[in-house]
Amino acid sequence: MTEQSPANKTKPKLALYWAASCGGCDIAVLAIDDKILDVASIFDVVLWPVAIDAKVRDIERMPDQSIDVCLFNGGIRNSEQEYMAQLLRRKSKILVAFGSCAHEGCIPGLANLYDREQIFQYVYRDSPSVDNPQGIVPVPEYQAPEGMLHIPVFYDTLKTLDQTVEVDYTLPGCPPEADNIWAAVQAVVAGLGGAPLPPAGTVIGKDTTVCDECARARNEKKIKAFKRTWEILPDSETCLLEQGLLCCGIATRAGCGALCPKVNSPCIGCHGPNSGVEDFGARMMTALASVIDANTPEEIQRIIEDGIPDPLGTFYRFSLAHSMLRRSVLPGGNGRALPLTESPVPEVSR
Amino acid sequence: MSENGFEPKIIAFLCNWCSYRAADLAGTARMKYEPNVRMVRVMCSGRVDPSFVLKALALGADGVMIAGCHPGECHYLEQNYKAMRRYYMLRHSLRALGIEDERVRLQWASAAEGAQLASAINEMIDQVRKLGPLHWRQNWSENGDHREAISRMPEEHREAMEVPA
Repeated sequence: MTEQSPANKTKPKLALYWAASCGGCDIAVLAIDDKILDVASIFDVVLWPVAIDAKVRDIERMPDQSIDVCLFNGGIRNSEQEYMAQLLRRKSKILVAFGSCAHEGCIPGLANLYDREQIFQYVYRDSPSVDNPQGIVPVPEYQAPEGMLHIPVFYDTLKTLDQTVEVDYTLPGCPPEADNIWAAVQAVVAGLGGAPLPPAGTVIGKDTTVCDECARARNEKKIKAFKRTWEILPDSETCLLEQGLLCCGIATRAGCGALCPKVNSPCIGCHGPNSGVEDFGARMMTALASVIDANTPEEIQRIIEDGIPDPLGTFYRFSLAHSMLRRSVLPGGNGRALPLTESPVPEVSR
Repeated sequence: MSENGFEPKIIAFLCNWCSYRAADLAGTARMKYEPNVRMVRVMCSGRVDPSFVLKALALGADGVMIAGCHPGECHYLEQNYKAMRRYYMLRHSLRALGIEDERVRLQWASAAEGAQLASAINEMIDQVRKLGPLHWRQNWSENGDHREAISRMPEEHREAMEVPA
């Protein structure tokens, strides 16, 4: 797909890249089924590490803005990913944050409750499945007999794509649904043909919440105790929140068709907040505070502390890195930081 | 002033009907309280969304006070109960992020309680002064060693072995 045949020269160029993600977003692209063949016939795919053998140095040699669309999934966890985000931003006309990790940090963003040292301590030393008697952890520079070896610098704090470079559009979801991916591809194709594109910064999806798409019956919500999913067998007709389950549908952007509530499982918020909301967790806290049926400090605290043992994992499961506070207190964070400026990508000679 | 010269910045959201009038009363009665507090009048403590508090902390406040009418005395009947539930919900989350309880305070103050509000403000400023600055944004800036690594990458890619076709 990378050869520059005469036909490819006229085709728009598409790049797909992955940073700190699980790989599910790349699989989700294939969930558009046989339409992937249309994608391949419409676009010249210049970069897609999971599927084709293209080299980064080939991208570096391309003129700026020569990639028409880049679908970028994953958060920014290390210096190599930041470099690729900056590179692809420069080379692409349209950069799409594809999926929850690029949009909000997602599950990898929950590691923002720890720092680099704590993560290394667990992953390379304490985890029960690790055998590392010498206690070796990755270091960015290593002097081997053959020369100096470099690996990317691992960050204390995972960043989302829009905290790293400017993002044109966001496709939410963990992973995005096939229908939305296909709609986005079609919109882009129409845009390349001259049709008006949505304004930059648009999150592709609906503006309302999952409750709007949920068929369950809603009555008055008054909650005396929150329940975990294993504690009750919810009925399939009534609002899950009314049954005491912590359903995040009240704060989550619609567009999935209420997939989880449909199968008796509460929404966990993978699409991020609905339009106009900046902090997903704050929205959840506000909404839940309104339905707790208690008016004394003691009872309120009991309901909250018994029912929500893991507030961050509940309110910020997908969005911690993109929340207003972004992370927990960084040990030694106060005062040690450098000014908040980022270095630009160095120019590459062609 | 503390030994190291740190003076906390506190943002206070005061409800229009009780707490802001309490602050007014403190002023007209010439009661003194420390000048570290920046007051924002809202119509009701129930108007204070948790995101207001998070944003204040993220933008550099060292503490946030939410003040409203006493429970049962809300001008809008029961919105201060909502504020109370939000406050405990927020405190539960902030604890998990490592932010001390003293930095976010819920304070009831009726329109007649200028003295009580002034002393609550002084008490909170004192507590936060002891805790030290929050400097929240510095939590997410890296220590800088990534910049050199990023600038090195194009050279490394150039040097990477070309695979013969």
